[in-house]
Amino acid sequence: MSQYEQPVIDADAPASQPAVTRVLEHIHEQLDASAVEDRARAGERAARASLRAQIARLEHELSAIVAETFPHISAPGEAGEALRGPCLPSLAQLECARDRLAGRVQELRGLAGERLEHERRAREQLQRMKLEPGRYKFVRLPVGDLGQGGCGVWEVRPRLGLIGMLAGWWQVKLSSGCPLPRGSRSIRDPAPER
Amino acid sequence: MSAAMPPTPGHERGSAQTESLLGWCAREVEDELPALGLRIAEVQVLRRGSLGAASPPDVQARLRELSSRFRGARAVGIRREPVPAAYRVFFRHIGLDPDVVRTPIEAAVLERMIRGGFLTGGLLEDVLLIALLDTGVPVWALDAESLDGPLGIRPSREGERLGRSADAPMLPAGRLVVADASAALAILFGELAPGHRPAGAGRRLALFAVQVAGVPRLYVEEALWTCRAALAQP
Repeated sequence: MSQYEQPVIDADAPASQPAVTRVLEHIHEQLDASAVEDRARAGERAARASLRAQIARLEHELSAIVAETFPHISAPGEAGEALRGPCLPSLAQLECARDRLAGRVQELRGLAGERLEHERRAREQLQRMKLEPGRYKFVRLPVGDLGQGGCGVWEVRPRLGLIGMLAGWWQVKLSSGCPLPRGSRSIRDPAPER
Repeated sequence: MSAAMPPTPGHERGSAQTESLLGWCAREVEDELPALGLRIAEVQVLRRGSLGAASPPDVQARLRELSSRFRGARAVGIRREPVPAAYRVFFRHIGLDPDVVRTPIEAAVLERMIRGGFLTGGLLEDVLLIALLDTGVPVWALDAESLDGPLGIRPSREGERLGRSADAPMLPAGRLVVADASAALAILFGELAPGHRPAGAGRRLALFAVQVAGVPRLYVEEALWTCRAALAQP
């Protein structure tokens, strides 16, 4: 306060006291309001950070499921409406993205569970085919159903063809794998000259 | 720093000439995405010929080598590798779905699977692709002569265009862009402004890479260094 202002305030002291109090109260109210606003803003920022952490965790899980179950379960396509370009999503948009992602993870988890169950059943069937081939005549079981790569097929076949069929000699055989990219060779090599 | 006012350069001078500079970030971007950073390096192209001309044999040989390093199994599993995974997460954080708008490394590897190899697309394109495949960090190049001040990241403003020319495409407000002091020059992880792409005979380039949470700075430096080393060779 300057020395010129001092006497003025002193002279008017009794009259201006309530006015000063009102000004101070107003300042306090303003400060309170801005503090509340700051706290709300900080709270929202913390909520957004928490949502981002959840999104990161879900994304890692989604990637893990897709990578581990490929090619049986493919990466999900566009689900719901994603934003059209990079931006800073609002709290509501982040919540939406989190929910959408959680839904997709849940869906893929279900598919992965079904796939595991399918493979387990196929492995059990292969065991049974090996134990009692006669009960599973000509049953074919692709190795893909067992969770293995390649084009092989387990098949119960008669030993020695017709003789095996008549005699009841059955065996489980694994086919030789994927076909050649150019197909089977149609012409045999000429016999080596003597 | 607000998006409305021109940014103050927040440069971090490297100890060696090989280190990159740190671009600025608008305050709202920095508050929301504290680990986001823009690393910039300038390079004087010493290779002969145009930037869009066929790559020299050493660059083409490197592309062939990388083609045999990226096969089906790697393509499937790449989304789980730390650096590509970090970019996937970041895409989700900025409202993009990485299964729809692919991250640069995944897009490159998918292209490799479809075309059977990394096909050459000109010197600059090949060099940027090599850096991406080596590190997982995407690098973009702008014509350094066309820049007005240091580069940074900010949301686009109302009625802003992508680039300085009058016929440049309009940007919706709030789009994250790489900008200099006066204009948006590229959409983050998106297209470059038409007038600022390196011209065929451009000799001075501003390279930039986007560092996100989970990507070590070393990888970003390596990506920029790879480009610089390849372009600055006489």
